[in-house]
Order: sequence, then C-alpha cells, then structure tokens
Amino acid sequence: MKLHAWVRANLFGSPANGLLTVLVLALLFQVVPPLVDWAVLRASWGGGDPERCRQAGGACWTLLTEKHRLMLFGIYPYDQHWRPLLAMALFVAMLAVSANRRFWRGRGLAAAWLLSVGVIGVLMWGGVLGLVPVETSQWGGLPLTLVIAVLAIAMAFPVSILLALGRRSDLPAIKALSVGYIELVRGVPLVSVLFMASVMFPLFLPEGVTIDKVLRALVGMTLFTAAYLAEAVRGGLQAIPKGQFEAADALGLSYWQAMRLIIMPQALRLVIPPIVNQFITCFKDTSLVTIVGLYDLLAATKAALNDPGWRPFFVEGYLAAALVYFCFCFFMSRYSQWLERELNRDRRPS
Amino acid sequence: MAPIVELRDVNKWFGAFHVLKDVTLEVAKGETVVVCGPSGSGKSTMIRCINRLEEHQGGRIVVDGVELADDITAIDAVRRRVGMVFQSFNLFPHLTVLENLTLAPIRVAGVARPEAEAVAMALLERVRIPEQAGKFPGQLSGGQQQRVAIARALCLKPAVMLFDEPTSALDPEMVGEVLDVMSGLAAEGMTMICVTHEMGFARAVADTMVFMDEGRIVESAPPGQFFDHPANERTRRFLGKIIGH
Repeated sequence: MKLHAWVRANLFGSPANGLLTVLVLALLFQVVPPLVDWAVLRASWGGGDPERCRQAGGACWTLLTEKHRLMLFGIYPYDQHWRPLLAMALFVAMLAVSANRRFWRGRGLAAAWLLSVGVIGVLMWGGVLGLVPVETSQWGGLPLTLVIAVLAIAMAFPVSILLALGRRSDLPAIKALSVGYIELVRGVPLVSVLFMASVMFPLFLPEGVTIDKVLRALVGMTLFTAAYLAEAVRGGLQAIPKGQFEAADALGLSYWQAMRLIIMPQALRLVIPPIVNQFITCFKDTSLVTIVGLYDLLAATKAALNDPGWRPFFVEGYLAAALVYFCFCFFMSRYSQWLERELNRDRRPS
Repeated sequence: MAPIVELRDVNKWFGAFHVLKDVTLEVAKGETVVVCGPSGSGKSTMIRCINRLEEHQGGRIVVDGVELADDITAIDAVRRRVGMVFQSFNLFPHLTVLENLTLAPIRVAGVARPEAEAVAMALLERVRIPEQAGKFPGQLSGGQQQRVAIARALCLKPAVMLFDEPTSALDPEMVGEVLDVMSGLAAEGMTMICVTHEMGFARAVADTMVFMDEGRIVESAPPGQFFDHPANERTRRFLGKIIGH
C-alpha cells in the first residue's frame, strides 16, 4: 500500500512525530467543524436583511452582497462606480503585462504606463469628455488604496536609491543630508509623518493656497517609505565587491554610468527580498491614511459597518477586507520570488 | 624618445604608513616591465597609481603626455589610454562576456554597437574563446575569465596595459593559458607593466625587471642581468626564496 507507507513515513516517522500528528488532528477536529458550520452551513448569502442573518446564527455574507460597493469604492458617487472599476481593471491589466519579462525591452512599457496613468487619472477625476468631476476628497476604497500605495512605491524607489548613494557619498554635505533624513524619518512613526503632511504643512502655506489632501498623504507615504527603502538599497550596495567599482573606474565609466550600468543592477537584485518586504509594508500602511480623513479600503469597510443593523457582522466585513489585502501582498511576494530566480540565472554555472 | 609612462619621485601614504617612497620609473613605448617584490612592498599600489585607482601624494605621474592631477579630464584621458587587468578578474557578473567587452567602447568611447561588437569578437578570437561570447562570466573557468578580462581591457585600444598579479587567483593548470596571451601581447609591441610572481614568464618576456621592497624600487635591470647577477643583496635574497634554491 502506497498510502500506508506514506502515512508511516511522514506522519508517524518517530514517537515525537506521531504525538504531534495526533495533537494536530485533535486541534483540527476542535476547530474545523464549527468553522464550517459558521462559514457555510448556517451562513446567510442573500436576502438583504440583517435580521435573517441573526436568525440563521451563522456568517452573514449578505453584508458583502449588500455593502460591497461601499466597501470597494467608499464615498465615490454611487452612479459613477463604473469609473473606478474600469480604472482598477486597467491597472491590474497593466500589472499583468509588466510582470512579463518579454515586454521589458525598449521603451514601449514605460509609454504604456504613462498612457495608463493618464487614462486612470481621467477616469477618477473626470471633468473632461463629459465625465462628471469627482474631487479627490470623494475618492475611496480599493482604488484609493491602490493609487496611494502604487504611486508611493513608484516615487519612493528612485528617491531611496539617491538616498542610499548619498549616504555612501564622499561629499560630506550630501552624506550628512542623507544620513540626517533617513535617521529622522525612521525615528518617527508613520502616523505622525502623515499628520505633519496633512495638518501641520498647510499651516505654513500662504493664505488661500491649498494642496490636495490625497496628494499630501501620498507625499507623506513616499517620504516615509523612501527612508526605509534607502537602507535596504544600501545593504545591497555594501555587498558589491570593491573590484566592481575599480573595474568600472579603470574602464573610464563616469560615477553615474558605473552606478546605473554596473553597481545598481547587481545591488538591487541582491536586495529584492527586503525591498519587496518594504513594498508590502507600504501597501498595508496605506490603511493609516484614515487618520487624515481619507476613506481607503479599510476605512470604507469600517464605514459600511456603521449601519446599526449590520454592525454585529464586523467579522465578515474585516475578513473580506483582509482577503483583498492578502491577495495583493501574496501576489507581490510570489512575484518577487519568481523575479529573484529569473534575475539570478547568470549566477548559475551552465 | 619620451617615455610613455613616467613616475618621478612618487610618494604615497596610507594614513601613517609610507607605502611609496620616491618611486621613479620610466617605461618606453613597446617595453614590457615586470615588477616583483615581497608582499606589502608597494608594487600593486604603484601600478594602481598609474590609472588613478590610488591617488599619489607627492611627485609626478605622466602617461602618454598627460599628467595625472586632480582634474577629472586628466584622469579620464589617462584611463582611456590605460587598460587594467586585476588579480580577481572583476568581470561584471550580470553582463554576458560580449556585453562586458562592448560596455566601455559604447558608453565611454561612443562607438556604434555593431562596430564595438566586431572589435570585441576579434579580441575574443585573439584570446581564443570566441565561442563563449554569449555566456555569463560565472559560467567560465578562472583562466577563461581572466582572458575575457584581458580582452575587455584591450577593447578601448589602450596604449599601456597594467597587470596586477593576473595569475595569482588561478588554478595552476590555467596559469599557462593566461601567460600565453600576455606573451603574445608583448610580442606584438604592447607597452606592459606587470606585477607578477611568474619568474619564468618574466625571464622570457620582460625587457626590464624591477624589484621593489618596502616602498622603494631597489633594483631595475634587464632580465639576464637581474636573474643571473643581481646587484643588490635584498634582490638576491628575494630571488633565492622565490626561485627556491
């Protein structure tokens, strides 16, 4: 019997192993049946009325069928929801295309991204082509989370490279500035950076000048993420042997050529894991923009649960939000693993 | 004829350590100079000063009519004329062999890609590994990597080649293939300054032997005289140790 042999080898290979198997089975027996009972058997799936959920006693997935649009799009005008939906679809499609190494050559991809960002902006803002204008203060839900996370990551990355290079610079002023910036920002919680960006900063602006709230949060997230990313990038720089810098010098490459063509391509692929770690952190940290009054995915979920009738079913609401966060983070994580293997092919002997 | 490389009373310190003491050396066009000496004698530092990987603090260094000074154009000009081969190869591991060779010609000298690739292939032919052009350095043996490194240094058509212990990191069976390439270069009239412990190669190829100890050039002579009748006691002791009798 193959199965019999497999069970003996893998589940009862030693006394300790056998004991663990029994314990885990007992635990699963305690947890799984009630979970299935709650999540599936006694769950309510529709009907539109929280009262029916209460009577059934199980999970109230009705919450999602009723409130998913509020959770996904926040306070964006209800009849215009197709616009953020289309914008997100375009964005996800662009991600799928960019993930493919075949499209990396040439400038086509960069041009496509510029165009897409423009289209997404038009869809979200409106005001042209007969689209109703929508203020950024009305943006919300998943599109807002994606806009802030992706733009913050995209802008923080180049800034972090400059900071990391600055920290290793021979020029004392540049080095001091970089070190000061990194240490200052790392020493302060993100919440206070966001507060500074959205409450304190406007106080210093002249009367009548206002800066968009989303933009302020975005700048706060960018500056914060850049400081952490810079340290990850510096780790990669430190791992590059001195000989690589010397060979670049001996060939007459300029500082920026050496960095761009020789050092960074090697340094960055070494630090893909901590960089992606920081991307994931940044993505999840966007949920903190709620403290400056923006309705990201999590805040919109919370808003959906403000309805008194639905309030008892917060577990279902937060589970759904968690699932969305998890999908994006898991994708980043898996993609980075693939990318690492792909880029390190030249290190393997043939 | 003016020497192509000239060091005059060059001094250098690493902190308090006086690593080069009044070093004076002239290398004529087409000459092959082999520099030897115990470790820590300053021989690597000396040739690294010639393309400004190290900065000298006293004296003058003139390469092909350009004096090395702080200004960046002089440094760039000298680096365009001087090729360097390192002990640990220092190939760029993320680029293919061909890309390693064409990088500087395209980016620094502004040569068009097809032309740079043609030159690179001709040089790979010359170091006898054209079939490796599409591979990454990590896929090559040490001897092959060092030959690629020599070809890379030659791609910019240098007037002078510096070799900093090019065979010290190689397995013994690969030393020969690298020395063969170097001998070929010397025979074709390349100006070369080599730091090496390969005394057989030195005797066969060098026009001038230079012995350094404690930051000074102790003795400088043609190889026949240098090996058979060394003038200085320290040279005699060093040769006795390295040749082993």
